Amino acid sequence: MAEITLQDIIKPENLVYKKTDLMTDKPLSYCPGCGHGTAHRITMEVIEELNLAEDTIGVAPVGCSVLAYEFMNVDMTQAAHGRAPAVATGIKRVWPNKVVFTYQGDGDLAAIGTSETIHACNRGENIVIIFINNGIYGMTGGQMAPTTLPGMKSSTSPYGRDVAMMGNPLKMTELVAQLPGTYFVTRQAVHTPAAVRKAKKAIKKAFENQRDCKPGLSFIEIVSNCNSGWKMTPTDANKWMEENMFPFYPMGDIKVDGQLVK
Amino acid sequence: MAKVRGAIVVDVEKCKGCGVCLPACPTDVIDLASEVNGKGYHYAFMNQPDECIGCSNCAIVCPDGVITVYKVKLNR
Ligand SMILES: Cc1ncc(C[n+]2csc(CCOP(=O)(O)OP(=O)(O)O)c2C)c(N)n1
Ligand code: SF4
Ligand code: SF4
Ligand code: SF4
Repeated sequence: MAEITLQDIIKPENLVYKKTDLMTDKPLSYCPGCGHGTAHRITMEVIEELNLAEDTIGVAPVGCSVLAYEFMNVDMTQAAHGRAPAVATGIKRVWPNKVVFTYQGDGDLAAIGTSETIHACNRGENIVIIFINNGIYGMTGGQMAPTTLPGMKSSTSPYGRDVAMMGNPLKMTELVAQLPGTYFVTRQAVHTPAAVRKAKKAIKKAFENQRDCKPGLSFIEIVSNCNSGWKMTPTDANKWMEENMFPFYPMGDIKVDGQLVK
Repeated sequence: MAKVRGAIVVDVEKCKGCGVCLPACPTDVIDLASEVNGKGYHYAFMNQPDECIGCSNCAIVCPDGVITVYKVKLNR
């Protein structure tokens, strides 16, 4: 058999994976190895696969992903810090036939935006919330967030989070699962191929729920790294995340089709 | 017997050399170059191209979406 060369393999007819056209060609503003990019891409892959590109409106947050609208090639707007669920509520009520989602970090969603998050969930707005939990305020220099783990170091808890003084971390996802307005609540990750495939399935389910007018809000937490804020290399940060974040923020579905499963 | 061969193309100037694709590869194809791209990053490349099976794992975890994957089935 004649040897096959790279030129024989690298041909359009042999293509099996390329970045979706629903991501723009702009270089992402994120640090090397940051999970934001992967979460953006699989969200856009889902919208492409469901053929919803023309019918989707996204709301970007304040935080590192403030420029998500530069990278996601669908109609988008950007909300004041923490207010994305309120803005999305307005958009969805004016355009009930559009598919509306927010994309928010943990500082945005679980600190300044706690009220908007909880009330949108409790009202059962028919939107999708994608919540990137990296346990820290990435954009502003790695300050402690409500999600920072007990004992975890940040720029404002340099000796580790002291729960007696600084309070307990907030499990927003478990909390919103208790509200009658949520229909699908799950926690995922995007640091390995298997995790990405699972997270993508969950995001797909969330958008299908909204498309099919299922009653309530779909909430997807993605536990992710902030390797810059954690002061680790990207691969060390992913390992640290598995060992420290996952035991506190366990993976998997919490509520499916309006029923608690955990 | 059918055998599979794959190949990846890295958009070198957009790669940030984060190394997240390395542990994702089941056959240890990828390494970071000793050279750097225009932004100073040690970009990813196929160090062992013959081992690639075109599984797309590397492309799926690449935060910057800079990997394109090709695959052929060989019959012999
Ligand atoms: C009203 C208001 N308060 C505070 C800030 C400062 N600020 C900008 S981003 C941010 C936190 C972002 O953290 P997170 O939501 O976790 O996102 P990440 O950057 O980690 O992705 C804060 C406090 C602001 N921009 N606006
Ligand atoms: S600061 Fe953290 S969250 Fe922000 S882009 Fe860098 S790694 Fe990602
Ligand atoms: S995961 Fe992507 S950006 Fe990171 S080194 Fe590999 S190809 Fe480059
Ligand atoms: S396609 Fe699969 S085998 Fe080929 S380099 Fe990527 S991860 Fe490795």
